[in-house]
Amino acid sequence: MDRAFERIPSGCAISGIMNVSGKRISGEKIITSISLMHDRSNGLGGGFAAYGIYPEFADHYAFHLMYQSERGRTLTEEFLNKHFIIERGEPIPTRPHPEITDPPLLWRYFLKAPEERLYKNHEPMDERDYVVEKVMFINDNIPDSYVASSGKNMGAFKGVGYPEDIGRFFRLEEYEGYLWTAHGRFPTNTPGWWGGAHPFTLLDWSVVHNGEISSYGINKRYLEMFGYKCTLMTDTEVVAYAVDLLHRRHGLPLEIVAKVLAAPFWKDIEKMEEEDKRLYTTLRQVYGPSLLNGPFSIIVANNKVMMGLNDRIKLRPMVWGRRGDFYYMASEESAIYEIEPSLDEVHVAKGGEPVIVRLKEGEQNG
Amino acid sequence: MANLIPPRFKVVIDYEKCRKCKRCVINCGFGVYSFSDRVIPDHKKCVSCQRCVAYCPEEAITIIENPNVFRPNSYWTMEERINIMKQASSSGMLLTGMGNDRPYKNYFDHLLIDACQVTNPSIDPLREPMELTTYLGSKPDAVKVKVEDGQIKLDTKIAPQIKLDTPIIFSPMSYGSISLNAHKALARAAKECGILMNTGEGGLHKDLYPYKDRIIVQVASGRFGVNQEYLDHSAVVEIKIGQGAKPGIGGHLPGEKVNREVSETRMIPEGTDALSPAPHHDIYSIEDLAQLIYALKEATNYEKPVSVKIAAVHNVAAIASGIARAGADIIYIDGFRGGTGAAPTIIRDHIGIPIELAIAAVDDRLRAEGIRNSVSIVAAGGFRHSGDVAKAIALGADAVAIGTAALIAMGCHVCQMCHTGNCSWGIATQRPELTQRLDPDWAAGQLINLIKSWSLELKEILGALGLNAIESLRGSRERLRGIGLTDTELAILGVKHAGR
Ligand code: SF4
Ligand code: SF4
Repeated sequence: MDRAFERIPSGCAISGIMNVSGKRISGEKIITSISLMHDRSNGLGGGFAAYGIYPEFADHYAFHLMYQSERGRTLTEEFLNKHFIIERGEPIPTRPHPEITDPPLLWRYFLKAPEERLYKNHEPMDERDYVVEKVMFINDNIPDSYVASSGKNMGAFKGVGYPEDIGRFFRLEEYEGYLWTAHGRFPTNTPGWWGGAHPFTLLDWSVVHNGEISSYGINKRYLEMFGYKCTLMTDTEVVAYAVDLLHRRHGLPLEIVAKVLAAPFWKDIEKMEEEDKRLYTTLRQVYGPSLLNGPFSIIVANNKVMMGLNDRIKLRPMVWGRRGDFYYMASEESAIYEIEPSLDEVHVAKGGEPVIVRLKEGEQNG
Repeated sequence: MANLIPPRFKVVIDYEKCRKCKRCVINCGFGVYSFSDRVIPDHKKCVSCQRCVAYCPEEAITIIENPNVFRPNSYWTMEERINIMKQASSSGMLLTGMGNDRPYKNYFDHLLIDACQVTNPSIDPLREPMELTTYLGSKPDAVKVKVEDGQIKLDTKIAPQIKLDTPIIFSPMSYGSISLNAHKALARAAKECGILMNTGEGGLHKDLYPYKDRIIVQVASGRFGVNQEYLDHSAVVEIKIGQGAKPGIGGHLPGEKVNREVSETRMIPEGTDALSPAPHHDIYSIEDLAQLIYALKEATNYEKPVSVKIAAVHNVAAIASGIARAGADIIYIDGFRGGTGAAPTIIRDHIGIPIELAIAAVDDRLRAEGIRNSVSIVAAGGFRHSGDVAKAIALGADAVAIGTAALIAMGCHVCQMCHTGNCSWGIATQRPELTQRLDPDWAAGQLINLIKSWSLELKEILGALGLNAIESLRGSRERLRGIGLTDTELAILGVKHAGR
């Protein structure tokens, strides 16, 4: 991949479905939903994140790998063998598809982090930090190898093509998950690189993104200060890392993470009650470099949550709706009605206001 | 020999137009004019400060460069030869005012700013909110929150922060080097614009006490005017280590400029020279600096950010890193175009480095060390317009400080004669008949207009970039491109070449 393309702007469609009781459904619906927005993509990228799909390996990190050469696979497997216990490694099942040409080698591994290795400079190390470090290492240092996803009981399936074709290629109708997100991409140039498709993931975080992050330059430099390496040539990557930093490492609730990524305006902070004013002023003072500026609508998900978020002046579309325990989010309302004609409620997401949907307590899926 | 040195300028008077009002005689701070039957200029004294030109009611005066050229020589320029003649006849150091005027490469003019087209929309600052608010002060890496009765509450207390309504402040210019009226104008404008003025090293006149929330007080090597009361009347306390126009050397305010009020403010006897030593005599290492930083924090109850001002020199990145680790909340970096009330010409023109390179080097270094959050960077030294400001911020500065531009707004014509104390515009002088020329209200209005214009333009630039908050431009070098720069220069600035 030619690294001269450091960042590839793109327009897009996004869609998400979550059952908050943890009921699992096949990938059929999400494919139907995203395919309705066919015209928002241009055939140069499509992808899905699926949660709850590997219940038999719920305690393992499921690594989805893309290799552009056998050598990449050999080197990566050597690396994984050294740093993890590999429970199982296998090619990701695909079916031949006339529209999908020249796919990379697609493999998945179910891994555990060996306890005796969870040390850094003789200090005990958080297991997830360990996994993140290894993911960054592979993406940054091992040639022809990219980690598409690395979370537990979840996976990302993505590539070059229209999303519905990618979905069929990966046989997603054969998987069952309680949370699905999807992305159709309209990049403005054509490197035809599978790693550049959405979702972007880290651990069990996944992000699908419609928009362009005009503050990418500083978001990237800020995250680099915390050890993240932005190597995937797209601005969406920074969203995944920012969420990981703010939520997992800095312990901020998701509501607050949303208010960092799409910060309230100073004029609105001015009007808040004293205590909130202090909170939001401090957040902006400290986290200014991770404000996502520019047009975006994103769906961020992990094993327990699906969050929709728009930029603070709402330059991109996003609608959400509910039917019983099913929640839906999409770039266009029609993409929801296509799969659920009778919604209990439907709303336009407001600029800068997160829509957070959580798995009900006790419905544990990983 | 002194008499043999040719004048730099010629004063051409149109005697047909002149009606002998003698305003030029009164207005010239440098004694160029005398009058007998008609006004007679002494060309040798003229510095082209343009005061007479502006005030002649008949537009009868034109100042021209001396047309009587030396034999042209692109190496031995007229300036070099005149300087040698002056030194041969005086055996002294040549002094000058204002910033380095030599034609070194100017990086601002080799940087271009990005804009949105199609893939992301530009934003119209007239219709959408556009935020320039900037906070100076040390920030932690993370904010802690706690949940109490279902409410998310702040659980961190962060170091003191100073709010700026726009990321532009006034750079240090001491009372003594400039007039009290100029100081008042700066303080009023700072208050009105929600920004800061800086006392420089000459202490704080009591008339400025009401503006204390908008004032940075300096603690320099001469410690002029420093006591508890001084520290209490400030928003920020700044330790001055160096100045861009004269890195590594001290200051000298001649006794003629030390009148009664200056002497009271500086706490030195009237008429004595105010000499700032080159180093602080209690700072001979970084750990000494750390002690002074904490002494000042103690003295101000940890309620005020402490800034450390340095000149941009070759090793500026490592120095800045040391300053951050020594506990400073703000690092103020002054580039080699920075102005001065008086400096040896040889120092001003040959020591230091451009601010553009210094910002990039310091920001990179602090990020590489993971400590960029712990300090704010204020950059200074030759900002001519809001484009320079935007570029400096994109390179990594939190805010910029302007000195020369502020003086020009108040009437200065950059004649570079500040060190003589004869400023015809009433700015860099203490002569009462000259200082009264500068009306502080008028001058404040000029400064306010300037800050407002630049802020408007900054909003326009942000809008073109598709951004609506200044923090999204800060350090975002991706939005800059170099033009006509070598690979090394691009690497130092951290920008790609235009076309990439
Ligand atoms: S100010 Fe102009 S009109 Fe008046 S004396 Fe001087 S040159 Fe003549
Ligand atoms: S402040 Fe006065 S003396 Fe100094 S350069 Fe400006 S006009 Fe000349």
